[in-house]
Amino acid sequence: MRTATLSDASALATAPKGRSLWADARRRFFRNRAAVAGLVVLALIAAFALLGPWIAPWDYEEIDWAVLGSVETMGRPSLETGHWFGTDQLGRDLFARTVQGTQISLMVGIVGALIAVVVGTLYGSVAGYFGGRVDGAMMRVVDVLMSIPYMFVLILLLVVFGRSILMLFVGIGLISWLDMARIARGQTLALRGKEFVEAAIATGVHPFRIILRHIVPNLLGVIIVYATLLVPSMIIYESFISFLGLGVQEPLTSWGALINDGAAEMRNGTSWQLLFPLGFFVAGLFAFFFIGDGLRDALDPKDR
Amino acid sequence: MTAPLLSVEGLDVTFPVMPRGAWPWTKPAGLQAVSKADLVLQRGETLGLVGESGSGKSTLARAVIGTVPATGGRVMWKGRDVTALDPAGRRKLGREVQMVFQDPLAALNPRMNVGQIVAEPLATHTDLSAKERRTRVGEMMERVGLLPNLVNRYPHEFSGGQCQRIGIARALITKPELLICDEPVSALDVSVQAQVVNLLAGLQRDMGLSMLFIAHDLSVVRHISTRIAVMYLGRIVETAPAAALVADPRHPYTRALIASVPIPDPVRERARSRPVLEGELPSPLNPPSGCVFRTRCPIARPDCATARPPLVEEAPDHRVACPYHDRGGPV
Repeated sequence: MRTATLSDASALATAPKGRSLWADARRRFFRNRAAVAGLVVLALIAAFALLGPWIAPWDYEEIDWAVLGSVETMGRPSLETGHWFGTDQLGRDLFARTVQGTQISLMVGIVGALIAVVVGTLYGSVAGYFGGRVDGAMMRVVDVLMSIPYMFVLILLLVVFGRSILMLFVGIGLISWLDMARIARGQTLALRGKEFVEAAIATGVHPFRIILRHIVPNLLGVIIVYATLLVPSMIIYESFISFLGLGVQEPLTSWGALINDGAAEMRNGTSWQLLFPLGFFVAGLFAFFFIGDGLRDALDPKDR
Repeated sequence: MTAPLLSVEGLDVTFPVMPRGAWPWTKPAGLQAVSKADLVLQRGETLGLVGESGSGKSTLARAVIGTVPATGGRVMWKGRDVTALDPAGRRKLGREVQMVFQDPLAALNPRMNVGQIVAEPLATHTDLSAKERRTRVGEMMERVGLLPNLVNRYPHEFSGGQCQRIGIARALITKPELLICDEPVSALDVSVQAQVVNLLAGLQRDMGLSMLFIAHDLSVVRHISTRIAVMYLGRIVETAPAAALVADPRHPYTRALIASVPIPDPVRERARSRPVLEGELPSPLNPPSGCVFRTRCPIARPDCATARPPLVEEAPDHRVACPYHDRGGPV
């Protein structure tokens, strides 16, 4: 029954690696073709946003005076003029502007989701772990914040403090974590009843250490899935705000602002102004959704 | 006389239960999981705690270890009341009292590997270096019959018996004085049960452990315990040395419990008379007045409903909470 072996450090150093749940999930994720395709598309879009400024022959705020006034003919996409995606109504290079818009949109999505993950997870797990009155008070705060119309606050914020990217981040960050806090709290309540948490309490582990070592790692699967689905919804919010004319400020732009500009000129025979940004927008969102689906299937195969 | 290692004095645990659909301000009903329980555990002793499901055995253990708050009474650890300790002082106690759980897999964090799991109490209560911790973990794993080179594996890669060994290794790594085993073998196969019980008995002998061993299977408890306490609906109804309790059960509930243990011999098993208890365990939300066992007791009489019978010492170290057990009646 009992097997005698050396228990010195050298024997332990050669101990075989175990198959962690994360390693399992990674394997399942990479077997999912749609998710991997989404990941590739997203990587291409990110590379486009990062490398674009170096390969674009034009700057995003530079006006091509040769094009201005005859955008329908001179401003169409062509390799000769260097306007690969054509120009917008003011003669600015659409390729450079799409690169710039992609940067802003991805940043808004990722920063919004990151705030949600960090703040929402910690807030929710603390509320769920301590329970009782702490939980009641903390979750009522979330309920109150949630009952305030989101768009209204965001619009007000941008009108009162002026339109800037910072304000946009503040506004989105302020609200994005609420749903996440609720999800984290619900999951924590379920985990709190598990025996391994009880074992840690009985051992005398400090509550905050229990939250960080035992609760959060077990929440992470759900959180990651929700976060990847939160990124596109943040991008959509930002696009909507920009579409209303309240988002980023000229000459900066975003996917939503570009689509807005393109849509305004739809009838004037300059469809590329709409189609290029729209293509990136749709491809980006699809990529995020596929990755989110793939992660969900990979991380909790039981819940399918 | 020195204080016993652990003594539980008049322990009450009541859970507030909200009736379904009640207003938030409605006063919750009280579910009495443990009521006025008294227990004494001497150093080096194994106290078996038996009773059917829902009798409050696990709740009693959780109140001792502090994961469930006691609503009344005291838990004295080496003569010190631990229910009055602040949270930090309570946490320090985790070094001396440890617990082994019923569901071996659920008691291990699925995101941590075995080395991290077993080392956690060490990381919490000592400031050993990572290298020393690894050495201690390796020794402990070998001691519970696991290969030390499994430290990087994860709980889901192990069988139930192995998981329970990991749980035991985690509980014993800080060399505690009291080990609480909450039905440590009921989730395991019979053959594995024997291995784990023998492992626990061996560890107890070698490390000078005291144990509080909870089970609903009397034959397991009889094998490992020096003394046995029987619980029914949150009350302790009989305590006695293990041999005396099995040979000479006095409380009618204990008698029924012992009569229900099957004899591993089909001829004798078929031949013997087996009085089976009628009815169900009453609701702890609304326990019967007086003696809680009277609703199912074969020798119950009208005055059993008036007052709760006290636990009386009838023979040396043999306490029974039934004044009428020797006055006949068919059992």
